[in-house]
Amino acid sequence: MITLEVNGHRHDVDVDPSTPLLYVLRGELALNAAKFGCGLGQCGSCTVMVDGEAIYSCITPVSTLAGRRITTVEGLGTVDKPGPVQRAFIEEQAAQCGYCIPGMMMRAQALLEKNPGASEDEIRKALEPNLCRCGTHMRILRAVARAGKLMGAK
Amino acid sequence: MRRREFLATGGALVIAFSIPRAAWAQDAEGAKLPGSLGKTPMLDSWIRIGTDGSITVFTGKCELGQGVRTALQQVAAEQLAVAFDRVTMVTADTERTPDEGFTSGSNSMKDSGTAILNAAAQARELLIAEAAKRLAVPSTQLVARDGSIVAPDGRRVAYGELVEGQLLHVNAQPHSTLIDRASRRVMGKPVQRVDIPGKVTGGVAYVQDLRLPGMVHARVVRPPQPGAKLRSLDASAARAMPGVVDVVRDGNFVAVIARSEFEAVRAMRALSDSATWDDGSLPPQEIHAHLLGLASKDTVIADRGTATSPAQYESTYHRPYHMHGAIGPSCAVGLLQDGKLTVWTHTQGVYPLRAAIAELVKMPPDKVHCIHMEGSGCYGHNGADDAGGDAALLAVTHPGRPVRVQHMREQEHSWEPYGPAMVTKARASLGADGRIVSWEFDVWSNTHSTRPGKAGNLAAGMLVASPFAASPPGTIPQPEGGGDRNSIPLYSVPRVKVTSRFIPEMPLRVSALRGLGAYMNVFSIESFMDELAVAAKADPVGFRLRHLDDPRAVSVVQAVAERFGWSTWQREPGHGRGFAFARYKNLAAYFAIAMDVEVTRESGEIRVGRVCCAIDSGEAVNPDGIRNQTEGGVVQSLSWTMLEAVTWDAKRITSRDWGRYPVIRFQHVPRSLDVQVIDRPGEPFLGTGEAAQGPTAAALANAVADATGVRIRDIPLNPARVAATLRRV
Repeated sequence: MITLEVNGHRHDVDVDPSTPLLYVLRGELALNAAKFGCGLGQCGSCTVMVDGEAIYSCITPVSTLAGRRITTVEGLGTVDKPGPVQRAFIEEQAAQCGYCIPGMMMRAQALLEKNPGASEDEIRKALEPNLCRCGTHMRILRAVARAGKLMGAK
Repeated sequence: MRRREFLATGGALVIAFSIPRAAWAQDAEGAKLPGSLGKTPMLDSWIRIGTDGSITVFTGKCELGQGVRTALQQVAAEQLAVAFDRVTMVTADTERTPDEGFTSGSNSMKDSGTAILNAAAQARELLIAEAAKRLAVPSTQLVARDGSIVAPDGRRVAYGELVEGQLLHVNAQPHSTLIDRASRRVMGKPVQRVDIPGKVTGGVAYVQDLRLPGMVHARVVRPPQPGAKLRSLDASAARAMPGVVDVVRDGNFVAVIARSEFEAVRAMRALSDSATWDDGSLPPQEIHAHLLGLASKDTVIADRGTATSPAQYESTYHRPYHMHGAIGPSCAVGLLQDGKLTVWTHTQGVYPLRAAIAELVKMPPDKVHCIHMEGSGCYGHNGADDAGGDAALLAVTHPGRPVRVQHMREQEHSWEPYGPAMVTKARASLGADGRIVSWEFDVWSNTHSTRPGKAGNLAAGMLVASPFAASPPGTIPQPEGGGDRNSIPLYSVPRVKVTSRFIPEMPLRVSALRGLGAYMNVFSIESFMDELAVAAKADPVGFRLRHLDDPRAVSVVQAVAERFGWSTWQREPGHGRGFAFARYKNLAAYFAIAMDVEVTRESGEIRVGRVCCAIDSGEAVNPDGIRNQTEGGVVQSLSWTMLEAVTWDAKRITSRDWGRYPVIRFQHVPRSLDVQVIDRPGEPFLGTGEAAQGPTAAALANAVADATGVRIRDIPLNPARVAATLRRV
């Protein structure tokens, strides 16, 4: 049994300790946002935050995460009360298929918590690990910059 | 029966419909019904209004992330005179929606948008006519407003009160009274996409997110290469692993089912390790020479004017296999219950997939129900249908249990049908006045559609012990075309001859990828136009305008040249600019693009700076949706053109993950990307999704040529090729 703290809630999960976090989030915890993309840490669609750092949940075993603070897109807000990053992505209409977007949002959240005034070059550099196949990049860049302003204004 | 006659029958709203469908598709004058109404003419196939006033609109098209659900909802809300939120959309579902074939070819607004536009307008007129009777007020004095019909004296009747009986159970008419453009509230306005809030808050947004009670998880084991035969499989280790429910083998089709997803993944790996295969085969890596050595069926698809002089200029272009490469591997959920098989799928065509699955599992089609749910990306015929077939095959082995299957990254990369490798050859002569006098073009290509309809077009149907025959590879006839799509230049040239050389034999599995042959043909034509402009010592934009007659073509070209500042552009060292234009399929959206690039000669790296483009896709329903799709088309085409090629060796597809099939990342997308939407109110919907693919590729190659003085005619223009080419000159 491993105790995980996800979005401020503690969960006892009974899985093999080598199970990557992604499968526990999507399976045991029924959270949709983090997505399976490659299972190799190459595309970023599984990105979540652990203690404020963006990580690939598809290659991070749950055994390494006991007592650490895990945040997923579900922890950023809801449809009725979206958080700044969520609001910014809606306002910029920064999605096509949207499958990569939760990973983008978590990588953006990790960046903006440290540096809400990140420049465009800093945003590009931070998002470099995450792939989007629909070509929504320009909107994602605008959404992250907008989210930074919303967070700074809070 | 015409609508007038129907209305003349007074209160008798229930009428018989025994007349064959074909007779209904055209009226007495032979006018065709608009869009998909031709195939599905009943208004209540598209629009249902409940007695509680609820409005449901049905489309046979799928939401693929292109925003079509939102645009169709805008069209319906406008013409039904209700608020946008009052309309509930139901998308592709074989038990609920019309059969609109595939969601492909940028046809959704043309087919379904046009059908819903007219069906909604006609429904509104029927509601007005019914209210006229109830209120004893001439229909000309009534208006539809916010879900009610309102009389001049203030009396109003809600839609829900008017729809008793079969008011909308009538056939569509060829002509509709549309809400006049000046008073439009929803169409043409920027409406936020209805699917985005759920996608950014962790809602159930994709088939990958579907969780049904008692659902189990499956993974497939695919052969190491096409045509490989399973020699032996020892399933004992996999069966003994925690959570494993079953191992399924049928010929070369192998899968494992487990309680949880990661248990399925682990068992799949064990199963894969225990399988031995007799080798299949892969084609030689010199694929273009190989393709040219195969038999082709040649058709002259354009032959006008007479040749006067031998060609002065000739160029040959090559395109590799490209993959769709959705970020989320394909997924589906199947459930066999009470003799009925339901498959939740991100296919582009629920009805064709139903036919293929029915054949695969040997059930009557009416016992198979395909429901579209969104998946990741799409961009054409990827692994979605294969996953649907896998889920169906596994679900029938475990009745009563929902089975979810998702492919692994390397399976998606290795097994999806690729966009075909192609070769083109262009030849031309210039006159003394600097105009093109003759043009010849040849295109060699496999088919661009091996979509299902047949079980043999599904991976599972190819792999089972008694494999199914696929549909024979075919071409899509002109004027739309398949491999030869957009191979006939839109430019005005006295002598034009175009030969489509269709190669039936497919060295690798191929099918529809966004734009089909248009991507390569426009890349070739628009590269060649620049080569000819250089030869004619002409400005590339002016050279194109010299050969364009269509005013809408001229208008997108001029709009882009102006926004980009083509005539005042200042060259910096290492920089170049490129331009390109096409009308998709020569009958759909007009698109032009200009960009500047910087090329580092030593590394061969291309940096795209400023990009300006313009699109005219007819009447714009959701201008921001058009911009979003167009931005995506540009960036995706840059990725294909700068980086992408499927690779293989004698043993296997080697481009099996993102490390070995690199795609564009944030540091290489353009510095800026500006899309102008040229709205044409009242003009037919032309579709948007594929217009940018070909012109973007050519504009990039033209900009690289402008920057370096060296023309590269082979895709991709990746750093290795660019650097090697520049070293040689």
